[in-house]
Amino acid sequence: MEFVFTEEQAMIGETARAFFAENATSERTRKAMAADGIDRDLWTAFCQELGLSGIGIPESAGGAGLGLVELAIIAEAAGAQVAALPMLGSLVLSAQAIAAGGSAEQQAARLPGLLSGEVVAGYVHDAGITADGAGLSGSAGFVAHGGSAQLFVVTSNTGAWLVPADGPGVTVTPLTSMDQTRPYARVTLADAPGEPLADPAAAIAAAHRAGFVAVAAEALGGAQAALDRTVAYARERVQFGRPIGSFQAYKHRLADLMIEIEQARSAVYWAACAVDEGSDEAALAVHAAKSFAADTFFLCAGNMIQLHGGIGFTWEHDAHLSFKRARAIQSMLGNGEWHREQVATMILGEAA
Amino acid sequence: MKLGFSAADEAFRQECADWLNAEMAGEFRDIKGITKLTASPERRKEWEQRLGEAKWGCIGWPVEWGGRNATLAQQVIFAEEYARAGVPGRVNHIGVELAGPTLLAFGTEEQKQRFLPGIAAGKTIFCQGFSEPGAGSDLASVRTKGRLENGEWVVNGQKIWTSLAHISDWIFVVTRTEEGSKGPKGLTFLMMEIDQPGIEIRGIKQINGDAEFNETFFTDARCPADSLIGAVGDGWKIAMGLLAFERGVSTLGQQMAFRNELDELIAAAKANGAANNPLIRQRLAKAEIGLRLMRYGALRMLSNTDHSKIDGAALTYKIQWATWRRNLGELAMDVLGQAGEVAEGSEYEWDTLPNLFLYSRADTIYGGTNQIQRNLIAERGLGLPREPRGDV
Ligand SMILES: Cc1cc2nc3c(=O)[nH]c(=O)nc-3n(C[C@H](O)[C@H](O)[C@H](O)COP(=O)(O)OP(=O)(O)OC[C@H]3O[C@@H](n4cnc5c(N)ncnc54)[C@H](O)[C@@H]3O)c2cc1C
Repeated sequence: MEFVFTEEQAMIGETARAFFAENATSERTRKAMAADGIDRDLWTAFCQELGLSGIGIPESAGGAGLGLVELAIIAEAAGAQVAALPMLGSLVLSAQAIAAGGSAEQQAARLPGLLSGEVVAGYVHDAGITADGAGLSGSAGFVAHGGSAQLFVVTSNTGAWLVPADGPGVTVTPLTSMDQTRPYARVTLADAPGEPLADPAAAIAAAHRAGFVAVAAEALGGAQAALDRTVAYARERVQFGRPIGSFQAYKHRLADLMIEIEQARSAVYWAACAVDEGSDEAALAVHAAKSFAADTFFLCAGNMIQLHGGIGFTWEHDAHLSFKRARAIQSMLGNGEWHREQVATMILGEAA
Repeated sequence: MKLGFSAADEAFRQECADWLNAEMAGEFRDIKGITKLTASPERRKEWEQRLGEAKWGCIGWPVEWGGRNATLAQQVIFAEEYARAGVPGRVNHIGVELAGPTLLAFGTEEQKQRFLPGIAAGKTIFCQGFSEPGAGSDLASVRTKGRLENGEWVVNGQKIWTSLAHISDWIFVVTRTEEGSKGPKGLTFLMMEIDQPGIEIRGIKQINGDAEFNETFFTDARCPADSLIGAVGDGWKIAMGLLAFERGVSTLGQQMAFRNELDELIAAAKANGAANNPLIRQRLAKAEIGLRLMRYGALRMLSNTDHSKIDGAALTYKIQWATWRRNLGELAMDVLGQAGEVAEGSEYEWDTLPNLFLYSRADTIYGGTNQIQRNLIAERGLGLPREPRGDV
């Protein structure tokens, strides 16, 4: 038992934070927001130069090994900058599904393109997707970065397939999305040919586990950044002849944010670690992390606007990027109520 | 980063559990499951001594002082197994967790000799004399006076809210020893024997009907000149050092007691059907998540060895658990409904869950109120301007 980062983990964190802080600037993110929500240069640099894109994918599948703790460290750093990248859909959900549920051939054919960033994959999940022979039918309304994907990993609750975005029967409709750093698309399948993954159950489980932890980590990074920026403002902005951060009502709100963030930090790394260690707490931990960290980020981002006053309500200020990202994280991959209901089922000893 | 315990640690866990379970099934079965702080004090003092004899009383202390030099993981494990076995809380919590570590850190060799063996053996029960009627959150404004007279300290004044003073042997007292001094300057930290004519203790009844805390009056109370920890005027430094020990490993044992409370609540919700209510389910899930996060927050805090930076997990820990428990008490009443508002029998005495509802209102007050915690977090953790002091 040693619940602190190893030296290697601390180094990954430093590298990732420095990379995103330097490159995922507000200016660049806003350019991406005006387009398809992907900063291409950043994506290429992250995947090809930084050497961290294969983290969390086993070496046997062409990844860099390590686990969800390291993946969470990277997602936290990216989340702090609200970076406009298809990391969640492509590197986390899709790549994890293929690495865990794809055959050796499927891994060899698909993962290199995803890890190098040359192929963007979108993750399409809907319980109502049906397979009739090789043809898939159904639709999913909220596929993150779906409008930019060349490949889809499509899952229902029991099946998992690979579907090329330009294949027959596939319609992709990009949607004007509140969070422009991760815009959604509707993906409709009408008897679209899909290549089944070898082990769909493993693919779905791995994708969702990693997805819960990664968005939770992203939320943690975003929450901490929202707090840090608000604290900096609280020190410099003066009203009534004193820094606004000297008013107790203001201080206490910031303290409350820190209290939540510290718990979110415990949640994220507990969940990541529990999954990596195969602990029997893992199932509960990932639901705890997703729901808790998402709510924490939203609380922090909402307060970031309020505690900045008028400037916080402007398009120019970055507060709304956090606010919208936080809201999106709360809804995606199961909302807080759904995750807590999973926890309730477990602790009440009811069969899921 | 690693959460799992080693095989050796798991073996140690088994050893702890076996011993504790055997004691709770044997000679001490009458105290198993007691949660009320004031219940069966004499038997629980005997239990302290039993722990001492078997060297389970202060396992984190050095071997030479009656400890086992236990590793962090072992301390965590013992604290968890202690509560899991349904062993009641330590009546000498203050001695073992606060007075002892303070002596180890700041005491002279002679003082360690004088006090530590007694604490380790469970024979010297301590209480904490900090708060006064005029000095609560603002501890630095204590007025109880101490003066040196013929090789003795003579103490006059009043402490209040002194938990378990009525069953304690010793009290440590923050006194103002420099005439005319103000605030944190001019304070001295004294260890005083309670059984003397100059000290009078009067119980104070609490909202749950129990009387755990007391008023403690000092009227020419005395202790030898060498009863001070640190130097004359160091009282504030020692008191602050002592409070830092409050966030130690014992918090994990406390959490296991919370675990027992939450389990009882979950069982109650299942039994009376409240567990079918989706709103209650959400709140139970939140309580579960909060408790788990408390555990991992504590493990982060205890694993941290880099003390050059502010440790956010440590700084936010008190308000986190206090608020969690207060919320649990409210949830307990929502689960129980009006059945929680009546007691069996004619005594004003409450079962675990209604008592939790009442008692947890104190959790957000003692050890620094939630408001004071927020000030500390904002000032120390976030570097915001300090609260201005008035001069009323
Ligand atoms: C069950 C129990 C056991 C205790 N045991 C002990 C013990 O063993 N030994 C001991 O020495 N003490 C003990 N205490 C005392 C405890 O430490 C004090 O009650 C606590 O520090 C608060 O002080 P106070 O009661 O004087 O309240 P006050 O300090 O008067 O506070 C009253 C209210 O004002 C608020 N307030 C005060 N200052 C500020 C500020 N700067 N900013 C915002 N709000 C503020 C507080 O948060 C609180 O809500 C115990 C208390 C309880 C309830």
